[in-house]
This record gives sequence, structure tokens and C-alpha cells, in this order.
Amino acid sequence: MAFKKPSVLPGFNLSLGYTIFYLGLIVLVPLSALIFKTAGLSWADFWQTVSNPRVVASYRLTFGASLIAAGINMLFGLLVAWVLVRYSFPGKRLIDAMVDLPFALPTAVAGIALATLYAPNGWIGQWLEPLGLKVAFTPLGVVLALTFISLPFVVRTVQPVLEDMEIELEEAASSLGATRWQIFAKVIFPTVWPALLTGFTLAFARAIGEFGSVVFIAGNMPMVSEITPLLIIAKLEQFDYLGATAIALVMLVASFVLLLVINLLQWWTAKRLGRR
Amino acid sequence: MSIEIKGITKQFGAFKALNDISLDVNSGELLALLGPSGCGKTTLLRVIAGLETADAGQILFHGNDATQTHVRERQVGFVFQHYALFRHMTVFENVAFGLRVRPKSTRPSDAEIKRRVHELLDLVQLDWLADRYPAQLSGGQRQRIALARALAVEPKVLLLDEPFGALDTQVRKELRRWLRRLHDEMHITSVFVTHDQEEALEVADRIVVMNKGQIEQIGTPEQVYDTPASPFVYQFLGDVNLFHSRVHEGWAEVAGQRFAAPEGKGALVYVRPHEIDLTRDAIDHAIAGQIAHIRLLGATVRLEVTVPDSEAVEVELVREQYQQNQWRVGEKVYLTPKNAQVYTDFSI
Repeated sequence: MAFKKPSVLPGFNLSLGYTIFYLGLIVLVPLSALIFKTAGLSWADFWQTVSNPRVVASYRLTFGASLIAAGINMLFGLLVAWVLVRYSFPGKRLIDAMVDLPFALPTAVAGIALATLYAPNGWIGQWLEPLGLKVAFTPLGVVLALTFISLPFVVRTVQPVLEDMEIELEEAASSLGATRWQIFAKVIFPTVWPALLTGFTLAFARAIGEFGSVVFIAGNMPMVSEITPLLIIAKLEQFDYLGATAIALVMLVASFVLLLVINLLQWWTAKRLGRR
Repeated sequence: MSIEIKGITKQFGAFKALNDISLDVNSGELLALLGPSGCGKTTLLRVIAGLETADAGQILFHGNDATQTHVRERQVGFVFQHYALFRHMTVFENVAFGLRVRPKSTRPSDAEIKRRVHELLDLVQLDWLADRYPAQLSGGQRQRIALARALAVEPKVLLLDEPFGALDTQVRKELRRWLRRLHDEMHITSVFVTHDQEEALEVADRIVVMNKGQIEQIGTPEQVYDTPASPFVYQFLGDVNLFHSRVHEGWAEVAGQRFAAPEGKGALVYVRPHEIDLTRDAIDHAIAGQIAHIRLLGATVRLEVTVPDSEAVEVELVREQYQQNQWRVGEKVYLTPKNAQVYTDFSI
């Protein structure tokens, strides 16, 4: 093949072929089925389904809440990773293991637990209610659930980068007269930034697709706290398969564009950092 | 600026890294801290820099107590073995870092920073690399950039931690000569750590030989090489042959040769490989042996001679001498030490 460069690594054809076959089978076939199915709708019907005010409100909530949750995790995930890497304290291993819990827990369990805690009469909710802060059954609850399930992504992508960072870099900066804050802003942050962005992307992508944990705490009020995946399920339950695929297609395209943009941004920063 | 080190002690758990170290570094000199790994030389350098705090003792910069001063305010330039360049910054930004982080009131203008950085890059002869990233440079270039970065803040003291340790032989030789020339131009008080005796002997004004957290000897390269204060220093500064002898009326005798010895019972007689004579003729008292190996080391030739009742003796000959005599493996030869250093009652 013309684009195959001579290499000592064997199996280029085999592994590339396998990769394409696998991606096709697992990712492309279901997704193209989605597109074909949607093609059964006329353009006017499609547009009517996907631009219905209730559906548009759900896009706003899904993407908005996911963005906020990923943003919160970017900040606090970095903090958690920092604490886990830089300090040693009793119970550190326990906390380290706890970070992965949102991965392992069935999302419905997480949703029910959060809903119970934050309901107006729940353990935490009863104290927030008098303050005028409603969490359960509001968009705030959606953000909370999404933050919970996407926490590990940022921590786990940033942690190894922080671990690999030579302490000498900070010592060098310090001997050159930099303050703690300057060392963080000019030396540490630029080093973890690409990993942080990766973690953000993963968290964001995970949050967009989340269903199980959200439905319990969101209350699912139309126009207010209804997420797009729920609308798709609702349409399926009404045997409106075409409507469900239409909304799903919009989500798919929007997610893909967003992820592509973030990936480009990442590629650009990595290049700027002289990594390649 | 002079540095006074008074009674510095530093312990890591049960390990005593520095044991009551006192040392004066004269203003404008280039001092080498020499010793095997784990002798505490790097820890001492880091204590001077303020990157490590001593358990006891004082550091004085130009007579002022700096023991409690943060590394940020000590005005030291520190060069690390593995360069510690900021990967996400260009060479220019790396060098400019120390100027850019200054508080607004003392920060030079952008034009001034640009001028200063290019001046420093000229000094290390790498101005043409200003826009590159550290990943695109060779080891030697990176270390020169690290040096330029350290010099940018106009430090009063320059501290170098095994600066050439990660470089290959050719580059390190070139770079240490260059460092010496640079020092002769700038006269900044400098301390550098090395485990390479050749490097210390070639570059330093004075050498501090350290072992197990203590100073064994302080002196000029000639002093430490010609009159080593202890068997450790003697062994560390070059290859040695060890002979056991006894002191008799102030003399220790090896192979019929007598060497002045301090009073004591048993004597350790050290002879450098190039200070041994080799002959085919049997001489009275000379040590008889057999050539076991011959290794060509460029300009010199090293012969290993097996000797009855003792460890093999190494003899170093210049190439010419070796070729004249046509020494061959298996030959019977006689050894006579020409020069030796005798220590009595030393435990190593």
C-alpha cells in the first residue's frame, strides 16, 4: 500500500483491518442504521419533531447541564487529583478507590440515592429547602447527578500527568523567583492543561448520554427538567420510532461536532506545547 | 559573594546525609563538591540553595544569615542534572521566565527583557534556537539554556547539580571547558557537584572531597591529587594498587623500596598504576609476577600482573614504552613502585 511506511512493527495490515472492521461493527453500523431509519421521515416532519419547543428545551438542559457538570469536575477533579498526588495522609488509598465508585455504581442506584438525599424531606434537602434552594426535581438536580457520574474522568486523566511532573520544574521556577501562585499558573497548569481538557471531554460526553441517574432526581417536568435521552425513551414507548431516531440523530450530530471541536482544540494546544 | 557554611547537619530518617559540615566558599571561585553517590554532596548544594532545610547549622551569604531565607529570595541560580526546562515554553520564554515573574515594580520592560534574553542566549552561543522548544534540543544545548535561564536573574551565586551528568563523554568534556571559560569571564561564585574526579580536577579552583556526609579534604586540585588527606581521597581520585606493609623506624618497605611513613603499626601503601616500574630482569626485592591481561586504552596501556599472595597489580604504561618493550601476556616480570602514599592505622 502506498501509505504504508516501512516499519519493524509487524501486522500493520492485520491490525488496521481489524480496527476498521471492529469500529464499523460496533460504532458505525448502529449509527448508520439510525440515519437510515430517520430517512423514513419527510423533511417537514423531521424538522417539526426536532424543533418542537419541548424538545428544544431538553437539548438546552442536556447540553447545558453536561457542560456545567464537566466544568465543575474540571475544577474539583483537578483539586482531587492534586490532593491525591501531592499529599500523603491516612486513608489516601481509600479515597483514591472511592473516586472510581461513580463508574462502578449502577447509575439508577446513584440517581435514587441522590434523589432521596436531596428531596425536600431528605437528609440534605431538608436543610437546603428553608434556604430556598431546591435541588431535587429541578435542573440543579440534573447538574448534580451529571457531576456525580462524570467525576472520575477528570481525576483519572489528570492524576498520571501530575504524578509524572518532575518536582524539579517547580524548584527551578522557585529559584528563579516565582511565587507559589505563579508556579501554578505558569508551570503546573500549562503542563496538566491537555490532560484536563481530555478529562473534560470525556466527562462531557459521558454526561450527555447519561440517563439512569438523572431521571430519578430530575422530576422530568416538560420544558424544565426533562433531558433529551428521556424524550427519546418516551417516544419509543409510544412506538414513535421515527420521532425517537430523529431526536437521537440531532443529539448524535451535536455531540459529534462538540467533541470534534474539543479534540481540535486539544490537538492545537498539544502542538503549541511542542509535544509532537 | 562569599558563602559560609557552618555546622550543617541534615538527616533523612535514620540516614545522616550531612554531618556537621563547615565550609567557606570564597567570592568568585569555582568550587567542586566531589564524592561518590550518596555522600551528601547534592544535599549540601540543595541546602545552600534553600531547596532543602538543614536540621542544624547556618548558611551565610556575604556575612548575612540566609538560613531562613526562602529559595525565591536567596538570589541563587540553580542548574539541575536533568535540565528542568519548562517544556511548554520556547527557549526564549524559558530564559525570560525569571524576569517575567518579577513583581511589576521591578520587572523590566518587554523590550529590555528581549534585549537581556538575547544577550544571554548569545553568551551561551544558542541565540539561533530562541524559538525552539526544549524537546527539539540536544542534551548539551538544553543544559546551556538551563544555565542561561539561571543567569537571567543575575544570581549572586551559581549552583550546579551534576550539570554534565546526563551528557555523553564528548559533549561533557567540551561543555566543562566552556563552563570554565564562562566562569573566568563572569567571576560569579559557583559551586558544582560532581562524582567525576577528572571533571573536578579539570574545572574547579578548589575541590571539596566528601564521603558519608563528611568532608574528607578541601584543597586545590594539585593538593588533593598530590597529597590526599586520607586513603578514601587517594582511592577516589584515581586507580590504586594497595600493598600491606609494616612501619619500621619511620619507613614502610615495599619490594625493596622504602617510603616515609607516619608512626604506626600496620601500614597501607598505595601506589598509582602509572608509578610502577616494570622490568624483565630480576631485581633484588622486586615483586615477581606474571602478566595476565593487556588492555589498550588509547594513549596508555594497562597491564594486569598477577602476584603471588596478593591481589593483581595494575600497571599503566605510556604507549611508546609499551611498544619498546613488547610486553606479552604470560611473561614473567618484576615490579618496583617508584612512588607511594603511606597511611597507618586507617580504617577504610
